[in-house]
Parts: sequence; C-alpha cells; structure tokens
Amino acid sequence: MNTQITRRGFLAGSAAGATAFLLVGVGANGATAAGPAEAKALNPFVKIGSDGTVTAIVKHFEKGQGPATGLPTLIAEELGVRMDQIRYEFAPSNPELYANLAFGKFQGTGGSTAMANSFMQYRTAGAAAREMLLMAAAKDWSVDASKLSIEDGLIKGPGKSASIGEFVIAASALEAPTAPKLKDPADFKLIGNSKVRRLDSEIKSNGTAMYAMDLHLPNQMIAVIKRPPRKDGLAMSFDDSSSNSVKGFIRAAILPNKAGVAVYAENTWAAFRAREELEVEWDMSKAENRSSEQIKSEIMSALEAKPTYNVLKNEPGPMEKAEKTVEKTFYFPLLAHAPMEPLNCSIEATEDGGILLHDGCQFPTGPHSALAQIFNLPFEKVQIKTMLAGGSFGRRATPTADYQVEAALAFILTDRSRPVKLVWSREDDLTGGYYRPAFGHKVKVGLDSKGDIIAWEHRIAGQSIMKGTPFESFSVHDGVDHSSVEGVSDTPYRIPGQSVGLTDTPKATSLLWWRSVGHTHTAYVMEVMMDLAAKTAGKDPLAFRLAYLKGDKNQDRMAGVLKLAAEKGNWGKAAEGRSQGLAVHKSFGSYVAEVVEVSGNAEDGVKIEKVTCAVDCGIAVNPDIIKAQMEGGIGYGIGHVMRDQITLADGEVEQFNFPDYEPLRINDIGAIDVHIISSAEAPTGVGEPGTPPAAPALANAISAASNDLHIASLPMSENGVSFS
Amino acid sequence: MTITLQLNGDAREVDAEPGTPLLWVIRDELKLTGTKFGCGVASCGACTVHLDGDPVRSCQTMIEDVGEAQVTTIEGLDSKAAAALQQAWVELDVPQCGYCQSGQIMSAVGLLTVNQNPTAEEIDDHMYGNACRCATYQRIRAGVQRAAEIMEG
Ligand code: FES
Ligand code: FES
Repeated sequence: MNTQITRRGFLAGSAAGATAFLLVGVGANGATAAGPAEAKALNPFVKIGSDGTVTAIVKHFEKGQGPATGLPTLIAEELGVRMDQIRYEFAPSNPELYANLAFGKFQGTGGSTAMANSFMQYRTAGAAAREMLLMAAAKDWSVDASKLSIEDGLIKGPGKSASIGEFVIAASALEAPTAPKLKDPADFKLIGNSKVRRLDSEIKSNGTAMYAMDLHLPNQMIAVIKRPPRKDGLAMSFDDSSSNSVKGFIRAAILPNKAGVAVYAENTWAAFRAREELEVEWDMSKAENRSSEQIKSEIMSALEAKPTYNVLKNEPGPMEKAEKTVEKTFYFPLLAHAPMEPLNCSIEATEDGGILLHDGCQFPTGPHSALAQIFNLPFEKVQIKTMLAGGSFGRRATPTADYQVEAALAFILTDRSRPVKLVWSREDDLTGGYYRPAFGHKVKVGLDSKGDIIAWEHRIAGQSIMKGTPFESFSVHDGVDHSSVEGVSDTPYRIPGQSVGLTDTPKATSLLWWRSVGHTHTAYVMEVMMDLAAKTAGKDPLAFRLAYLKGDKNQDRMAGVLKLAAEKGNWGKAAEGRSQGLAVHKSFGSYVAEVVEVSGNAEDGVKIEKVTCAVDCGIAVNPDIIKAQMEGGIGYGIGHVMRDQITLADGEVEQFNFPDYEPLRINDIGAIDVHIISSAEAPTGVGEPGTPPAAPALANAISAASNDLHIASLPMSENGVSFS
Repeated sequence: MTITLQLNGDAREVDAEPGTPLLWVIRDELKLTGTKFGCGVASCGACTVHLDGDPVRSCQTMIEDVGEAQVTTIEGLDSKAAAALQQAWVELDVPQCGYCQSGQIMSAVGLLTVNQNPTAEEIDDHMYGNACRCATYQRIRAGVQRAAEIMEG
C-alpha cells in the first residue's frame, strides 16, 4: 500500500484492514480495467474505499503546476463527487502502468503534457467507476441503472440514496465497462469551474506539506558531495583531518565514478561544515575549461558560416528583391533553473533486499532504471516514493538522473544499514548544475515596397539539448534537434520566404531543458524581429502580425489570443508616461499573447507596471490554475531576462548563490491580468507556454520607451537597460 | 553544548555547536520542517521565523544569539493575523510549489502585526526579501490584502 501525502495528511488506505476498495484504471490503449485489489495488470487511477473515500492516483508529480488538483478534478467530474470528497496520492514508479502517453513507455512529467495526456484516461477511469457503482446499486435495488445517478458522492435513485462506499464491494466484482459514457461537456460542473480550489493550498500554507527535503528517515545520515570546481574534474585523493574536528562528521569517501567526494554526517549543518574543511586533490585534465566569451564566440562564428542544416529544406526567399531589410544578431546566455527547494533525495534499503528512493521525482523511469543498474537489482526491486517537489522548471528531469545517481553512489559506499539523504546547497545548485544552453540567432528580414515580408533568413547556432541522450530519437530528425529550432521552424506565422539554418556548437558544461526549452530563445527572436520588421515597414506591430496569421485554425487561434490580449491590455492606448510591447507565441500546443506596459526607459530605469495575457489552451480544466501558471510563467521569463545569467571563467561558474543570480522579486513586477479563451479543443499545456512571450513583450515595451533600443543580448541589465 | 530554546511556547533543550544556524536546529534537531532551507545566506526568506514576534532569517541567526527570545515557527503560529493569512492563502490559492510559502506567511504575519492595512507598495517593501521562484507575487500581494480584510471582520 502506498502511503503518500494527502490533503489531510492521512496515510491513505492503511487505517482499517477492513476497508475494501474498488480500483479502476485505463491502459495506454484506452482499455479499462477494474478490480478489488492492486492486480498487476491494473493501473488504478482511482481508488474508492468501502468507507466512501475517493483517492485519485496521480501519475504526475506536483512541483506547483497543479496536476495533484487537475487529475482529481477529472475523476471527480466523471464519478460525481465534490472536490472536498476526493484526495490524491502519487502513483508508484511503474512505466507499464503509469506511462506518460506523450513519452512512450516512460513515466514522467514534462513538456507541459500532464493534463493533455491524462485528460481522457482519468475521465474514463472516473466514468467507468461511476458505471460500475451504478450497476451494483441497480442490481441491489432492482431498478434500471439508467434511473440512477451519482451526485456529491451519493448514489441516487427513485426514492433511494446511498453512499458510493456501500457498493464498492459489489462493484469491484464486476467487469469494467469497455466504453464508459463520458459526460457531455455542457454538463461539466468542475471542469472549467474557476471556483475549484487546489487540493494542496492548505498544507502549503501551514507548514505541513512534506517535501523530500523534509524527510527524516530513522537513523539517516546526511550526505553532501564536494564537487570539482569545474565540471568533469575527478577526485584523486582527499584529506579530512580538519573535517574530523566537526562534531557530527562521520566520514568522507570518493564516489565510485570519482565525480566528487561524499561527506557523511549526522545532520545537514555538520555535513556542510565538514565539507568546507575537506581538502581534495582533483585531476582537472578533462574538466571544462572554457570561458563564457569563448562559448559565445563559438556560437557567433557559427552564425557567420553556412549552416549545417537547412531545416525547412527550402530555397531562401528573394532577399535581393527587398526594398528594405532589417537584420539583428541575438545572444542568449546559460541559465540555471534554481528551483526553490534545493535538490535532494533519500535512499534506503528495504527488508526484501531492494532499494527505496524518496524523491520529488519528475521522471521516475529514469532513476528507477539507473538505480536497478547501480545496485544490480531486478527492476521490480526498486521502488520510488514520489513526494512534493519545491519547483523544478526542468531541473529535476535529467536524462542522466544525475542527483539520484549521486545519492545511489553515496549509498553504495556505505554498509546500507543507515538511510542516506543527499542534500544540495544553493551553491551546489548554481555552480554544479545543468543549464539552459547558450544560443545565438541571426535574422535578416526583407520587405517589399508595400512593407510586406518577402524573405526571412533565420540562422540558429547553439548546443543541442537532446543529442546523446535517451530522448534523441524523439527530438532529432535528419540531424536537426527540433528543440533547437521549435518556435521558429514551426511558427504559426505564414512567413513568405522563410528559411531556417541550424548549426550545432560544441557542448559547454552540462545542458538541460529549462522551462519552455527551445522557446526560451526562439520566441524572443521571432517576436523582437516581428516588431523590428513592423517598425521598418512603418506598420502597427499588432496589425503587422495579424497579416501573417491568416489561414486555418492554427493561425486563427494565434490571432485570437493576440487580439484578446491587445483588447484587454488596451493596446495602443498606454497610460500617460507608459509604453507597451506585444508578443505572441505558440508552444506545447497552447497559444499565449502578452502585452507588457512599462514606465520609464532603459537609461533612467524601467518599471514593469502591468502584464496582460491571453491564453488558448483548449478546454480550460482548472481555469484558476491556468491563470496561476500564466502568472508564474511570465514572472519566470521576465525575471531571468532582466538580470540573470550563468557565466564561466576558465570553466568555473561565477555565480554561487541568489545574490549573484538574483530572483525576480515582488517589487519587480506589477499586476498580471490573465484571460482565457473559451475553447472546446483538447486541453494542451500551461506550465511552460506563459514563459516564452513574456521576455520579448518586455523587450518590445522597453524598445518603445527607449528610442528603439532593441535588446539583442541578454540579460538586459548587462546590455544597456536599468530597472527601477 | 546544551541550549534551552523558547520555541512555540515551550522550553526545548537542544544539543548544538555554537555557530549552528537556528534553521538547522529547528529542522534537523527539533524536526519542525515547516521552516525551509532555500539559500543559507539570508537572501530568499524561506527560513523566516519570528524572534519575539519579529521576522528574522533563521539561516543567519546563530543558535547562541537566540538567548531568551521567543522563537515562533510556522507550526507555532497562533494569532489573528496568521489565521487570516492562512485563510486568504487558501481562498486565493497563493501557493504553487509552495516551498517558499511558510516564509512568505511568516513575513506577512510580521507585516500585518504592525500595519493592519498595508498598501500594495508597503507589502512590496516588506516582502521584498522573500523570493518565490514560482513567481506567485501577485497572489501574495492579494493574499495579504485579503487577510487584512478578513481581520477587519
Ligand atoms: S534560507 Fe535563509 S534566507 Fe534563504
Ligand atoms: S510557490 Fe514555489 S517558490 Fe514560491
């Protein structure tokens, strides 16, 4: 039985041995399955106890984006219970049962897919459970099931009513319906209801929410890793004589892969202190030794050469016929994710000779396989308990399962009698982490005499995130890593004469997707160039964009958010002393437009007064969570372009803690006003799509305020913009 | 060394070395994990607790400096302002990942205790040191104002 955090902090299902359950799941092929117990072939998405408790088993982890509310909403809607009658548990790690349908046979959360891939599965499970309970009641009451319904957790029929719990045992003996009837969207009570609240707000407001960092396993040791000052240095030897004077220090040991020295201690502070005292001799012969300037110049010179890949496989547009051209070269630095909860996880041995990992686990299948390999165990002897995660923004999902592997290596060096909790400090996070790769773009746009685009030559150079990882086959086709060009090569804009060239540059340090992946840079370039082209053509940026958004549904939806954001944000009617900027972008299937309004200017100081956002993400399952994700995504995008970058000096990261990588603060940004397009399309992502348009909308607003200063290198604070 | 802390209304004896931040005594020794570790350098506010009612960063408060002061953590909050803030936080669904929110609440309690009707600007000034990587700032601002309303009754 899984014991997981629930809204009220219960240990679900373990309280009474007498509780019977109805479990209902839906396979990857859409087939439903149900039964009284956790049978092997069954992937329960919902568990209903004979005591009437309803638990959604959530296959996605919760790092703030809301699946621990969203997936229960789907179950509650179809089953017929209120939100205060349902709770959640995180699913165990089992890619056979809980795969992300967008990832193949792989369990994980990312790419803003949680709702999109779960929408039909969880609704179907809820609907199947409803039909089974109704069939059981119909039989008992000798009435036709069509006369019965479930409302607020009660089965209601002519003159009768009973709690769903009363029919759990009878229902669990029935076959699951093959095609349960889903609700007509017109009858939705919870889906699309902006009054539905998150199930985890209370525990996150009173300090009782348990993150992996909060776990205290009995008799645990803390492990911290002394890592080389530069990536890929190797530990040769160490001297812990000073560490020995730290009370609580246990010992130090070189990790089997020499990637660092594990420092074990009785508590976290002793571990940090003992690590400070530890002297390590490193072999730096293979370590990263480049500087940011070198990485930048590699990228910039790649932009000047003929691109390796002609992404659209077409001829460039007739630039020579252009009346006017406008050209710009952009540079995007390395960025860290810096989730609020520093990375950590705990490992312990189980009584049956297996291994149990406690983790705010984003990609369970990755660390699961890695741990099975490290401990030489069959897959089923490794278990993962997923806990709440204090943010991720991509960082907890590494193709290498980096921090879980570190914990495993630290654990394998012990006699395994004590659980090991691996803790990263903020300094570890910023200096030893994985980064959004640096990228460069060079774009030239040609306009004819009417100011219409006739050629758009776009070159991109940077480091592929996906090549050399297990995700290569998903993203790389004909040599082109789609994540390097997404948002440009597949833009909904119908741009005449668009050509896209891509050149991969050598990897610098460790790279990783970062909230919205390639769109972090492609949206910026597309939308700043759209503004520049509009200005060169002497046209209004809104009208100019709309001219290229004519066609089918894809263009209509993009135009739809653009018009809505413009209308709600009073486009063209900025308040006295203020300037506006506009941007729109499609990512993860969702369309988002934003209008940023600023006061001041680049020289005297810019203040971000207001952001207006319009989003079309298909059916809005939890409208208020969608708004929150837009608010957060905008803040994340804007905070980093304002003043953050990771730089290397001879391979050493120069940022150590928040004072050097200053987070967005409450006084940096004014009100954010989000509007959701009502839609009957299948739901698409919301965790990431708010981020891409935020930075270019800000850049365009600053440009409008500051004599056409089009900021082409980031962060803004290092490139001529001051903020007040 | 053995130190007696006045914590959440109780005297608690702890064994800690001088120079140990109060944060780690609270989290590791006393196992009160509502107080969070985010940076360790007084720059994020996740570790905020009250000393005699005033918000302080426990990661930069050394255990030997606490003395007789009353330490309050999120678990020990018991005031009208705290109840109003927690109610407002749930009403408005302020938290996303939630990891910073204990610290946000502790700082906000400090504000509402001295200023029962803060303007948006006063909220920004007071809450500036509490970082939220999920950028829930708009709701934090609204949450503090909603709590002020609740307190007025
Ligand atoms: S942990 Fe104390 S301020 Fe960040
Ligand atoms: S809610 Fe995630 S850091 Fe604030």
